[in-house]
Amino acid sequence: MAEELGVWAYAITASRPGPQGVDDVTGVDHEPVRTIEKAGLVAVVGTVHLDEFGEEPLRRKLDDLESLEAIARAHHEVVALSARRAPAVPMRLATVYRDDARVAAMLAERHDDLLQALKQIAGRTEWGVKGYATNAATAAAAEAEAGSASHRPGTSYLLRRRAQLSATEDARHQAMVSAQEIHETLAGLAVAARLHAPQDPQLTGEAGWMVLNGAYLIDDVAVERFAAEVRALSDRHTAMRLQLTGPWPAYSFSAIEDAVDDAVDDAVDDAVDDAVEDKDPLA
Amino acid sequence: MTGTNAARPSAQIEPQRVALVDLLDRVLAKGVVVSGEVILSIADVDLVRVSLQALVSSVRAQAQGPLRDAAMVTDNAHQPEEG
Repeated sequence: MAEELGVWAYAITASRPGPQGVDDVTGVDHEPVRTIEKAGLVAVVGTVHLDEFGEEPLRRKLDDLESLEAIARAHHEVVALSARRAPAVPMRLATVYRDDARVAAMLAERHDDLLQALKQIAGRTEWGVKGYATNAATAAAAEAEAGSASHRPGTSYLLRRRAQLSATEDARHQAMVSAQEIHETLAGLAVAARLHAPQDPQLTGEAGWMVLNGAYLIDDVAVERFAAEVRALSDRHTAMRLQLTGPWPAYSFSAIEDAVDDAVDDAVDDAVDDAVEDKDPLA
Repeated sequence: MTGTNAARPSAQIEPQRVALVDLLDRVLAKGVVVSGEVILSIADVDLVRVSLQALVSSVRAQAQGPLRDAAMVTDNAHQPEEG
């Protein structure tokens, strides 16, 4: 029985990668990475085994932390390499086509959208800024400690506890206000900006409550200025710890709108809105 | 890109060990989605939630596991509190 094969898409660029191509990197299935050209666009792809990367096996892999990480990192490595060579629109993880002809057809069909997306990210990179509210975390920790330290719910305890809860609320509210200001300032320096949902502290391993998880598309020439502004904001907002990550391929700024994607984006945006409005999105 | 001044977050785009959570924010949620002849695309929000749920449980189970290392910011990232 012949092995069933599929084509995993990593990124799309407007020009063929240089003479050395993407030969020096392998993909999610340890396969050599190659390109498919059509209508002036180039898809960076790899041939994968469908018994491993078909729909069902892939779902199982993505539910397992170890394989999810391996796939995400392998995918990212190819995307990042492509992005270093030329402006590249990243494909979402786990986009698999039946064969090269389908990829070529997609390039032709979505030509204008893809070209527009490439134009938007040319000469720019994505930077991430995460903000942790140190005060709110401290207040919450103190609150938790007080809660466990006293076993007698006497009047003085209840009053003290009410005051602590109120202090926590204030600290959190202040943190949200700071996060909003920081985001608006950084967005002002960016070509485009977007908020990701705050990360679970269990995943970040960071002490502190994440109140900002922003992505900013920055002109290459403005990167220094952007980093300086992050430093300045960090100095100004003493109750907030900021982390700058990047440069990233323009993952957060390459969405090509279609019906399905809109629905997902709306769901994500709603989640972000909820997180911003909710005083305690991690509860 | 060794030897780059760490205090200067210039636009070096060399492979760094990026934090898995930051990576998942990006590769799962964003990036181009072109439907059509796609066999599988994670435009399916439920699948993403399931995966992240699995991720959270795994992390809780192995608090000292490899993700602790993976959760560090990129090497070339500027950390203002140290600068």
